[in-house]
Amino acid sequence: MTDKKIRVLVAKPGLDGHDRGAKVVARALRDAGMEVIYTGLRQTPEMIAEAALQEDVDVVGLSILSGAHMALAPRILELLKANGQADIKVFIGGIVPDEDMPRLKEMGITGIYGPGASTEDIVKDIREAIK
Amino acid sequence: MPLTKSVLEGNRLSISRLLTQVENDLPEGRTALAELFPHTGKAHLIGVTGAPGTGKSSLVNQLTLYYRKQHASRKKVAIIAVDPSSPFTGGAVLGDRVRMRDLSGDDGVFIRSMASRGSVGGLAQMTASFTQVFDAAGFDIIIIETVGAGQSEVDIARLAHTTIVVEAPGMGDDIQAIKAGILEVADVLVVNKADRPGVENTIRALRTSLELAHPTKRAFRHHGQTMSIDAPEIDVTIWIPPINKTISTDGTGIQELADSIAKHVAHLRQSGDWALRDRARLGSELEAVLQEELLNRFFENIQKEKYNEVLEKVLHRNLSPYEAVNVLLNGRSKQEQA
Repeated sequence: MTDKKIRVLVAKPGLDGHDRGAKVVARALRDAGMEVIYTGLRQTPEMIAEAALQEDVDVVGLSILSGAHMALAPRILELLKANGQADIKVFIGGIVPDEDMPRLKEMGITGIYGPGASTEDIVKDIREAIK
Repeated sequence: MPLTKSVLEGNRLSISRLLTQVENDLPEGRTALAELFPHTGKAHLIGVTGAPGTGKSSLVNQLTLYYRKQHASRKKVAIIAVDPSSPFTGGAVLGDRVRMRDLSGDDGVFIRSMASRGSVGGLAQMTASFTQVFDAAGFDIIIIETVGAGQSEVDIARLAHTTIVVEAPGMGDDIQAIKAGILEVADVLVVNKADRPGVENTIRALRTSLELAHPTKRAFRHHGQTMSIDAPEIDVTIWIPPINKTISTDGTGIQELADSIAKHVAHLRQSGDWALRDRARLGSELEAVLQEELLNRFFENIQKEKYNEVLEKVLHRNLSPYEAVNVLLNGRSKQEQA
């Protein structure tokens, strides 16, 4: 019997085209032994929720650099819940102003990472969150 | 039982959860598979294989779009996309969905990515079980995209009814085309990226290779004279793989590819090969499960000390691995018996 692998959807909602950060994180999670489903650029919240449903992931990682996190994050959380997947842990990486962080956490975002965050911390937090 | 019922009704969350249980070989997954099995055997299994970068995912995207939009019957399509796991960490990046974004928002399509988890034949161990879940859930067509395959990842041919081998221009010369392996398992050949230079060379190399396998009547000029070679009486039940040209970024040639696939299905039905393939497929699945169970049973019944003792002897070159197996299974080596 194989042990349960952590499955993570790494998605990039919104319209900015910078996906290097998402790729770095995807690679780091792979190296930590996780299975990362990478969906590419310019995903709508609906596309992300649909992929999370089909892939039965434990974690969704959102890369948002456009400043639209206060619109995108609640919409994605809402869709996950509507699909019966409220148990999925959602993380955000990118540019998030300090004042928005408490509100995102309150909505149900598990972790938020800005520039300079270490990939080891992200791996550790994911393992911790889905225990 | 309730999970099985909602999978049969096509509930997407239930399908997805069951796939996870099956992939991790949990007891609930095995129970559900057993309950679903009588409902399988209706879907058409299409395998798509080929070297990395030949455009398999984009082709699957276009083919599925065709089945959903152009095809009169609007068949339901499930896609199983297999990508490799790291041999070092066991992790994986599964990126086939990137090329399949056109398919989102369609309830008649279900895409599931799968890591190979140590299997080397181009599929994962549980891929066959995944097809059974989708089959029972009412998907008409199940497309299995293999790991980017080299020359010998041919497990797909044992699983699929129709195996599509995707090539791209500039991937190798005519010697590659006559080697044993992946080309032999093709039911339909695709030369993708047909807008690239070299496409005619690739098609010629593939055609030559097919002609070596299936002689046909042909005329050619040799030292200024027209000569012809008669074909031997050809058995009408022989299927000669058609070669399709496609450009999967814009959909060129996809309809012709779908026609080739439909012809192959008709051929399988008429010739009786459909039943033969089902038999071979389920036979090899049975064998794989049996192998695993026998190995598990063996390890349950042997004392760890005994096993390590024999392994020690192999390490010290006192026993060869073959003799060691003899000792483990029969209690003594051949030499001792003699």
